[in-house]
Amino acid sequence: MTLKEVKEILNAEVISGNHDLEKEIKCAFAAELLSDVLALSQEGALLITGFTHPQVVYAADAANLCAVLFVRGRWPNEATQQLAIQKKIPLLSTSYMMFETCGILYEYGLKTCALTVENGQD
Amino acid sequence: MTVLDIVKSFELKIRGGKDQLDEEITGGYASDLLSDVIAHSRKGNIWITIQTHPNIVAVATMKELAGIILAGGREPDADTIQKAEEEGIPILISPLFTFELVGKLYQKGISGMSSC
Amino acid sequence: MDKTDHNILFHKMFHIEGGNFTSAGLISDQVKKILKEAGIPKKVIRRASIATFEAEMNVICYATQGDLSLFITPLFLKIVVDDEGHGIPDIHLAMSEGYSTADEKIREWGFGAGMGLPNIRRNTDEMVLTSTFRQGTHLEFVIYLERQETQLPFE
Repeated sequence: MTLKEVKEILNAEVISGNHDLEKEIKCAFAAELLSDVLALSQEGALLITGFTHPQVVYAADAANLCAVLFVRGRWPNEATQQLAIQKKIPLLSTSYMMFETCGILYEYGLKTCALTVENGQD
Repeated sequence: MTVLDIVKSFELKIRGGKDQLDEEITGGYASDLLSDVIAHSRKGNIWITIQTHPNIVAVATMKELAGIILAGGREPDADTIQKAEEEGIPILISPLFTFELVGKLYQKGISGMSSC
Repeated sequence: MDKTDHNILFHKMFHIEGGNFTSAGLISDQVKKILKEAGIPKKVIRRASIATFEAEMNVICYATQGDLSLFITPLFLKIVVDDEGHGIPDIHLAMSEGYSTADEKIREWGFGAGMGLPNIRRNTDEMVLTSTFRQGTHLEFVIYLERQETQLPFE
């Protein structure tokens, strides 16, 4: 699935990265805890989140994610947008809630991507 | 659809509130930000999160949620379980991560636009 | 680690201010840039960026201030973080996934899920953590440059 398809399916607005819409998304990861994004997401993932601080872009860049999709109409501030442009990480925003967003994209066949956790202590 | 129906079809582990599984689910809510859940979730929602500390039970009680599913196989803290027992909030665990778990719940007909 | 490999090609120290959440990510970003310019393999950069981001967040969340040093040698990257703060009372517990002493403010910033230290360990080849309760924490980790290729088939 490409970013463009995500945009169309979810009626999302492109905040930045308009020329990168042909980018292929390997899989999706939904979280609002950045340490989980850093720990569990895989390269090339689309991050679905409601968290709009610039730190989300830093985390996406550190983990080589493909793009960030903000849910429930969340819109990042100027600092986040500038950073995303600089890091070439496309940002999109949809008015759907997180639940709907995941449900719809999953229905369209987008795969989950998360490393398995070795649960608990070791 | 009740909480018990979900427990059965998704083979969820139960970590608290096992006598409160017959509540009807009005919809789903997925978020890890407590303030967001407080602001937007609706009564009877099933809440999907990866947060495990006792405050999740406080939020679920306040918003009269039907239950909490911890995604990614997360285990709740001991005080979370204790609090869930006191408040009668089901705490359930799924090995699936939020994206896939929500995707499957959605396919079962649980909607994110909670009907009240 | 062979002593002869301690051939430091690059060293830089960064200061981190505790509690300054708005600056979080800046240092891992600078480390990433340096590694890119140094021509370090992409996989190593990803691991180093993630581990550095977590290390940086640890100082911001739990210490009053700290210093993070990056060393590049021909064989490995090493990052050393020393902070002043309340330290870690039980390191074994702190290393377990999901354990956290974070308050609500840290959680609302997307951290404090108890993934930080285990996540650093997962992304590094060697990790040492020592702490004096109520004084501070010393963390260092190493990522080998050449072991990457042999690790690929297992990913």
